Amino acid sequence: MTMNDFPPALVLLLGACLLPLVGKNIRPVLILGLPLVTLGLVWNLPDGSFANLSMFSYQLNFIHSDSLSRLFATVFAIMTFAGGLFALKQKSDMELVAVFAYAGSAIGAVFAGDLISLFIFWEIMAVASTMVVLSVGSKICNQVSMRYFQVHMLGGSLLLVGILMHIHATGSTAFTVMEPNSLGTILILMGFLINVAAPPLSAWLSDAYSEASFSGTVFLSAFTTKTAVYVLLRGFPGTEILIFIGVFMIFYGIIYALLENDMRRILAYSIVNQVGFMVTGIGIGTEMAMNGVAAHAFAHIIYKALLLMSAGSVLYMTGKRKCTDLGGLFQSMPITTICGIIGALAISSFPFTSGFISKSMISQSAADAELAVVWFFLLAASAGVFLHAGIKFPWFVFFQKDSGLRPPDPPWNMKLAMIFFSALCIGIGVWPETLYSKLPYPVTYIPYTVTHVVNMLQLLMFSGFAFFIMLPLMRRTLTITLDFDWLYRRAFPVVLQNTFSAIWKADHAIRQVFLRKFNQSLSFLSRRYQGPSRLLSRTYPAGSMVMWVAVILAIYLLLSFVH
Amino acid sequence: MSTTEEKHWLVRPKTIRGLWVGGIAMLIMLVLADFFIHPHPYFGIDGSFGFYSWYGLITCVAMVIFAKALGIFLKRKDTYYDDE
Repeated sequence: MTMNDFPPALVLLLGACLLPLVGKNIRPVLILGLPLVTLGLVWNLPDGSFANLSMFSYQLNFIHSDSLSRLFATVFAIMTFAGGLFALKQKSDMELVAVFAYAGSAIGAVFAGDLISLFIFWEIMAVASTMVVLSVGSKICNQVSMRYFQVHMLGGSLLLVGILMHIHATGSTAFTVMEPNSLGTILILMGFLINVAAPPLSAWLSDAYSEASFSGTVFLSAFTTKTAVYVLLRGFPGTEILIFIGVFMIFYGIIYALLENDMRRILAYSIVNQVGFMVTGIGIGTEMAMNGVAAHAFAHIIYKALLLMSAGSVLYMTGKRKCTDLGGLFQSMPITTICGIIGALAISSFPFTSGFISKSMISQSAADAELAVVWFFLLAASAGVFLHAGIKFPWFVFFQKDSGLRPPDPPWNMKLAMIFFSALCIGIGVWPETLYSKLPYPVTYIPYTVTHVVNMLQLLMFSGFAFFIMLPLMRRTLTITLDFDWLYRRAFPVVLQNTFSAIWKADHAIRQVFLRKFNQSLSFLSRRYQGPSRLLSRTYPAGSMVMWVAVILAIYLLLSFVH
Repeated sequence: MSTTEEKHWLVRPKTIRGLWVGGIAMLIMLVLADFFIHPHPYFGIDGSFGFYSWYGLITCVAMVIFAKALGIFLKRKDTYYDDE
């Protein structure tokens, strides 16, 4: 056992156990220190497999270290640090414990070299993320977290059955590249796709992420979908169906975000949109695409967390979440506004932000693979991102009309977390080499050519122009938009309820008929046989009864002798 | 905000007018920039003059209209699920 055999995931998982036990003064030290310790461990890992364990004749491998797993673990640790800073004043112990367990298990899943340990961490993530939502404690959150949990339990069950079938078929527990050509691998793929918020089970994301606390959602946005992106990258690169699923997710995210009124639901739908870019890239599956997906996941975690931090700050300071209630906040929340705009520019892949240098690699890979339709879709979607997240979010929250609200910027720790992530968004955009050098394959791509920058600016600025000329059509209303969850929140319950009430009605009717017939026959019998000296009302002398009892006892006695 | 207090400079009508004028001037310059760059198209049409400009505008308008149309069928009052 060497230092390398200590799984980095354990730092945060053990930290989760420690957090409720320590005093108020030590807690911030743990919240900020443990992610940094994790980061140190991750960076010190060389390539290779460590922490191997044999259990019931199965090989478990808790650390499979290569550039891809270290890249994801790195951004997860950075995310935990900045999110912890943002959540420093979070009063709910339960949320912080859940968040640490959640982040730890996500890192565990990323390093898992075999399917069994992957499944273990996968399930801890499902439970811990449910606890993040549940920790809010309201009735709505109880319902939301149960819906969330059920979807993830379904995903987990599919994954487990798939893994068992796959191990049975191949005799190996190793987590390597798979083809969805057997029932086992198809089930594994379905399990992964549920966590990536692929249709038709995609509504769990916007359902849960808009109800968690101001800080809880920041964490939720980072781990579940990106761990799923990671395992798809590892397990199913170049699987063609992922291109179709990804493109669907991209436009589903845009359209639903355009219709949405709740600021955090806008951002939740835009997660599906961004993850759609990654899923498409995984489907393309070339080295350029894989690099693009890894880079985009890295950049996305940071700018999406930044956007949700700025939305979380607004929620924390105003208690309001609907665009119809917000507006004009730039006057009193300048730092939140600027950080939110930086996040919005990064998600729109504006030049000199992180999104520009990562997303363009995925588009480039579509062009290189001569996937013309996909490329034109991705280009339209890039314009659409600016429309639904890049402008819509900051416009309706911070500008728009004057809501009369004048809340100040949030406390220092929240501001610091936002400034830190804003700096990263710009830093990665200006110096992409740092990120490029950490990608799984060598990068030859050059993002900053005059043509590319000008073309991107044309696309985005005209998208912005479209937003402002279409503004009357975008007016916010007090509405929600029915999503896939309508099926299990409304359609199935109504169908089931009606089916059962029909069954109960029929059952009731049949019983009634039977009872009536029975009563009728009873009264028929009684009419027929009741009355003086009829069958049912004859009188027997007591003596005859005694005689019959004596006969029965005698038979009894006789039988006992026979025995 | 009281009525006597002056509006934030960013939301005064004069600034907003200026932003529109500046914005449209920038759009025109961006389109004209196509004269000076060397396009390297992947599929032909994307190298034509002003492609990224009109493509961004048209696809965005299309997405907004599509969303609006879908909303006719799928929008509900935000109290829709409140009885759960």
